[in-house]
Amino acid sequence: MKTYEKSGGFFPVFERKTGPAKDATHYCPGCGHGNVHKMIAEALEEFGLLGRSVFVSPVGCSVFGYYYFNCGNFQAAHGRAPAVATAVKRTNPDSIVISYQGDGDLAAIGTAETIHTANRGENICVFFVNNAIYGMTGGQMAPTTMIGQRSTTTPQGRIETVHGNPIRMAEMLATLPAPTYIERVAIGDSKHIMKARKAIRKAIRIQAEGKGYSFVEIVSACPTGWKMDPVHAREWLLEDMLKVFPLGVFKDESDSREEDSWLRRYDAYDPAVVDEYLDRLKSTLGDAEPVALAEDLHCKFAGFGGQGILTLGLLLSQIGMRAGQHVSWFPAYGPEMRGGTANCSVNVCGSRIGTPLVETPNVLVVMNQPSLDAFEKEVVDGGVIIIDTTIVEGRPDDKRLRPVLIPATAIADEVGTAKIANVVVLGALVAATGCFPRAFCEDTLRAAIKKRSLVDMNIDAFGRGYEFVKNAR
Amino acid sequence: MARQFMKGNDAIVVGALAAGCRAYYGYPITPASEIAHAAALHFPALGGVFIQAESEVAAMNMVYGTAGMGVRTMTASSSPGFSLKQEGLSYAAGAELPCVVVNIVRGGPGLGNIAPEQGDYFQITKGGGHGNYRLIALAPNGAQEMCDLTMHAFELADKYRNPACIMADGITGQMMEVVEIPKALPKTWDHTSWCVDGTPGTAGNLVSSIILEPLELEAHNLKLEAKYEQIRNHEVMFEKYAVDDADLVVVAYGVVSRIVYSTVDQARAEGLKVGLLRPITVWPFPSAVITSLCATAKAFLAVELSTGQMVEDVRLAVEGRKPVHFYGRCGGVVPGGDELLAEYRRVLGGGSR
Repeated sequence: MKTYEKSGGFFPVFERKTGPAKDATHYCPGCGHGNVHKMIAEALEEFGLLGRSVFVSPVGCSVFGYYYFNCGNFQAAHGRAPAVATAVKRTNPDSIVISYQGDGDLAAIGTAETIHTANRGENICVFFVNNAIYGMTGGQMAPTTMIGQRSTTTPQGRIETVHGNPIRMAEMLATLPAPTYIERVAIGDSKHIMKARKAIRKAIRIQAEGKGYSFVEIVSACPTGWKMDPVHAREWLLEDMLKVFPLGVFKDESDSREEDSWLRRYDAYDPAVVDEYLDRLKSTLGDAEPVALAEDLHCKFAGFGGQGILTLGLLLSQIGMRAGQHVSWFPAYGPEMRGGTANCSVNVCGSRIGTPLVETPNVLVVMNQPSLDAFEKEVVDGGVIIIDTTIVEGRPDDKRLRPVLIPATAIADEVGTAKIANVVVLGALVAATGCFPRAFCEDTLRAAIKKRSLVDMNIDAFGRGYEFVKNAR
Repeated sequence: MARQFMKGNDAIVVGALAAGCRAYYGYPITPASEIAHAAALHFPALGGVFIQAESEVAAMNMVYGTAGMGVRTMTASSSPGFSLKQEGLSYAAGAELPCVVVNIVRGGPGLGNIAPEQGDYFQITKGGGHGNYRLIALAPNGAQEMCDLTMHAFELADKYRNPACIMADGITGQMMEVVEIPKALPKTWDHTSWCVDGTPGTAGNLVSSIILEPLELEAHNLKLEAKYEQIRNHEVMFEKYAVDDADLVVVAYGVVSRIVYSTVDQARAEGLKVGLLRPITVWPFPSAVITSLCATAKAFLAVELSTGQMVEDVRLAVEGRKPVHFYGRCGGVVPGGDELLAEYRRVLGGGSR
């Protein structure tokens, strides 16, 4: 006589299970979960994968998958098992990850996770037990509940025009290019069980070979939820459910895909590698000796989008940083940034900077008329206001402020492009405020400008702006 | 000296990498998207994981997955997205998974706007998800702290096996400052005693937050609470500026603390003895120092980008010993220095607004 033993894929005793009967599952008589559990457990053991397997239990009747499977176990939030499984697989590509889900979990609350995990072709197995009902929560309508089927939330039966139709997940997912293997099987009699076993084993092999995403939908009975005895439940499954959920292979590219072609790279943390990488992010301006700052600068730069207003602020910031000063730069961000006006606040200070927002600038750069109207009144008495007279027609109060009127865009045109007016303005700002020495600023520009071919033009523009102000005095 | 001029949002990613974070899961949202942009660039380049998830919910549950493997991981979002992460945060707290979640707070409620606000204080410090749990919450006020406190958040998350949150605002995220790039931390953590990472050594472990028996779940909750008490006792961080002799202690965090800082010297120049107390951890809240300041301060003023959230914690710490005032702007309006000075004068002069 041959003795069949429990698979080593299961714990010998179900110690995690609450209550007595640590050798029996919590499933009802006639339930399909036991069969599916057994097929998975056997496959994992036979293929020698248990040690690196991670079983992700969903919310639903199989929420207690971790009572049984003799491998690493996660319990996930409702519908989120594919997201958890995705992360586990990506963080350890050598792991074998199983997302085990029921119909409410997979096809209702977790629909987004289900579809996108499939669409990314995550190299995992999704085993979907479709029994057309919410079992654990008390027999409510599932997304796969049949038309006419009574449940605790469809007491008159599911009605198409009220509740929608049973959803066919295998067919839907098969429209996606990424999945490798999608099949629907059933468990009801031994012939179907053998086919289901084969499909489950195939899915696990595909994952072990790194060939990508597998989805096996298992049409399964829930006598308790259906309020049938197990025999009638089995008949109803095979005769009625399979008409709506036809069995078959909806997609199979397992033969045409290369081994490991859907495995993603993952490297464990190595501080030395990170240090080397972060070192490449550091400023390339080079270390200069600290340069004294004549007076703290609280600048506002304003104009149209495309005039290089934000870049102007960044260039001054980099000069300040290289000089060893405290610097902050803050842009007006969001839709207004894309809508045609741009402004930013820059502080360059000898000591710790308080607010990064410049409310009362001592330097205001104005490169369009609306900015003059908006910001002139904010400038402190005696503050510098630099105006690009090529563009701005208005003139500021020269009794209260120190205006610098410079045709920056026209000068930039002479240099070669109007786009460089911001650097002309920077030269004017440095000359008007005397914040840093000219040579120091030019050295910084040379280091800061990434495109080597543009360096000379920028230095030229800066110099012309600087000279314009010096000569005007 | 390795330093760079960078956005606060970028500095978060630098800090995360240097703290050994290996997986980033995110979803686009203004004004936090730069964090995802930087993560998309740097994590794969270092052999780590970056996934733009299908939703904030999925992103947070991916964090749950990697965190359950004992690997440092994070996600970042802004207020509406952070609301969606509450489910995953509750599960992570229940399963005791260390992870870091960044919230670059914007204007609410609802879709609100993308301007800076601090209206998520309750959600972050009082538990936005279900059940008895806490987030360790750090509130940086500049780019360097965005980097450094992110590193610290990973350390605290690991130390206490609990999610940690970086609570910042649109200004702190978007502004650029000089950041000293840190050295990568040595890998001192080992979670193989509890994590499930797909290796035989951890195959006997379980990552779960389900505990059916009421007495067992109560015991689990009490264990979590004992942990939170340890955090309250040991991890409070704050900064004091001119508070020891202050008549008016202004309590402010994040970008507001920067604005207040700018006003303290101005206030003192006109004879108003004002000081700044800045909570760096907003949970645990620096209650003890506020209580002790009741001996010297005449009044407290909470300034927030909200209609009054942190002020409740200030009142709890003061326990009625001294008047606690509140000044807040919200919807993306940021108070100006003059506005705050007027408020100090009003409070100290006993006048009306």
